[in-house]
Amino acid sequence: MTWKQVFTSSVGKKLVMGFTGIFLILFLIVHVGLNACIWADDGGKMFNAGAHFMGANWVPRILEVGLFLGLILHIIQGLMLVFYNRSKRGIQYAVDYGNKGSKWYSRSMGLLGTIILLFLVLHLSNFWFPNRSNQGFLLGEEINLYQKMEEVFSVLWVVIVYVLGCISLAYHLAHGFQSAFKTFGVYNKRWHSIISTLGFVFAIIVPLMFALMPLSFYFGWIS
Amino acid sequence: MEHYNMNLTLKIWRQKNKNDKGGFQSFQVKNISSEMSFLEMLDVLNEQLINDNQDPIAFDHDCREGICGMCSLYINGKPHGEWKGNTTCQLHMRAFKDGETVTIEPWRAKAFPVIKDLIVDRSPLDRIIQAGGYISVNTGNAVDGNSLPINKDDADASFAAAMCIGCGACVAACKNSSAMLFLSAKVAHLALLPQGAPERHSRVMNMVAQMDKEGFGACTNTGACEATCPKEISISNIARLNLEYLSASIVAEK
Repeated sequence: MTWKQVFTSSVGKKLVMGFTGIFLILFLIVHVGLNACIWADDGGKMFNAGAHFMGANWVPRILEVGLFLGLILHIIQGLMLVFYNRSKRGIQYAVDYGNKGSKWYSRSMGLLGTIILLFLVLHLSNFWFPNRSNQGFLLGEEINLYQKMEEVFSVLWVVIVYVLGCISLAYHLAHGFQSAFKTFGVYNKRWHSIISTLGFVFAIIVPLMFALMPLSFYFGWIS
Repeated sequence: MEHYNMNLTLKIWRQKNKNDKGGFQSFQVKNISSEMSFLEMLDVLNEQLINDNQDPIAFDHDCREGICGMCSLYINGKPHGEWKGNTTCQLHMRAFKDGETVTIEPWRAKAFPVIKDLIVDRSPLDRIIQAGGYISVNTGNAVDGNSLPINKDDADASFAAAMCIGCGACVAACKNSSAMLFLSAKVAHLALLPQGAPERHSRVMNMVAQMDKEGFGACTNTGACEATCPKEISISNIARLNLEYLSASIVAEK
């Protein structure tokens, strides 16, 4: 059994999804924690200091490469699994099983993930790309990201798209968090009940915090 | 429960053979007793068809007491019909109301090609079993059963997994047409017992490989399989299979 065989079997593909998914969840914790500094009410001083550390230090910049690799792997493997799985039915049922046996969002991970991907394209073009191009994609001078947030989140449609992206993320996490641990082999009901509760709480709190950021700027909740 | 008779409209999938395109055909059945089983209702329809010199509807059945795993049928959007923890043969007509339209489809999965009408070829499940669902037993005298202590909880969990009758409802219900609940029941059943230990790692590897080869989809833990399983096999078996797979892949020599 070669490593290639391990990770290309149907169970192995799920392992790839689970490992990269948990990795991205860890990233979300860092991201939401750092961005929460906007609520320090100091005109973005603390937030920009945090952003400076992430943008002008080699350690997080090297980790950023790993983040992109993990993200790309999660996206490509995810989309491939969606098409692979969809091709296995052949003729569709005339009457759908629907929500009688499973939650709609557990069956819609591909769709939710695609919405998040589209949101990410906008999100990166709003902040990451202008900042990195200003830095010459190395460790150059950064832009004032707090000011950039004020500017980006003054437009209503952008705020709406960000909130929709966060809602998709919430549902994606509601299934993905606990499903990843099932894929890693957590079968004990005792452990699984803790993990699924934790996953649910995480899926509500983290996307809610993210959604509150554009809303805070748009409605002027921070000075 | 009060007895009543009913008239039904049946929308049934007809397909001459594997290569035929197939399609739905509607039938009327009258005076069906609420105490009949679903298959007896189909028997009545088939007698009617034979009397009219028409081809009867082909469907799988054997024991008709819910233990053989032969009956299938996707009834009104759910494998084995609406009742929970139930096979089609144990579905009774009191589950339906007079004048209702009942849609009957075969299991839909590319791995289960239709043989005729409502009968599908479920031999891929047999080949998954052949790939590793066995244990090594020494020849010679039988060992005293009590000489091998087994934890009661493990024995119970193993027995619960061994309840799987291999009907394929999990595949039919899964949006990915995955056979993971079936496979996990077979792997967990043997992994929980000391008798299953010698082939423990090769079993899970070979059975997963065979499942992929047969053209089933991958599991996404939606839980539709568990909700539809007539033997109420727990989805926690799938997590156990994943752990078996992960540990086997870590310790594999080659």
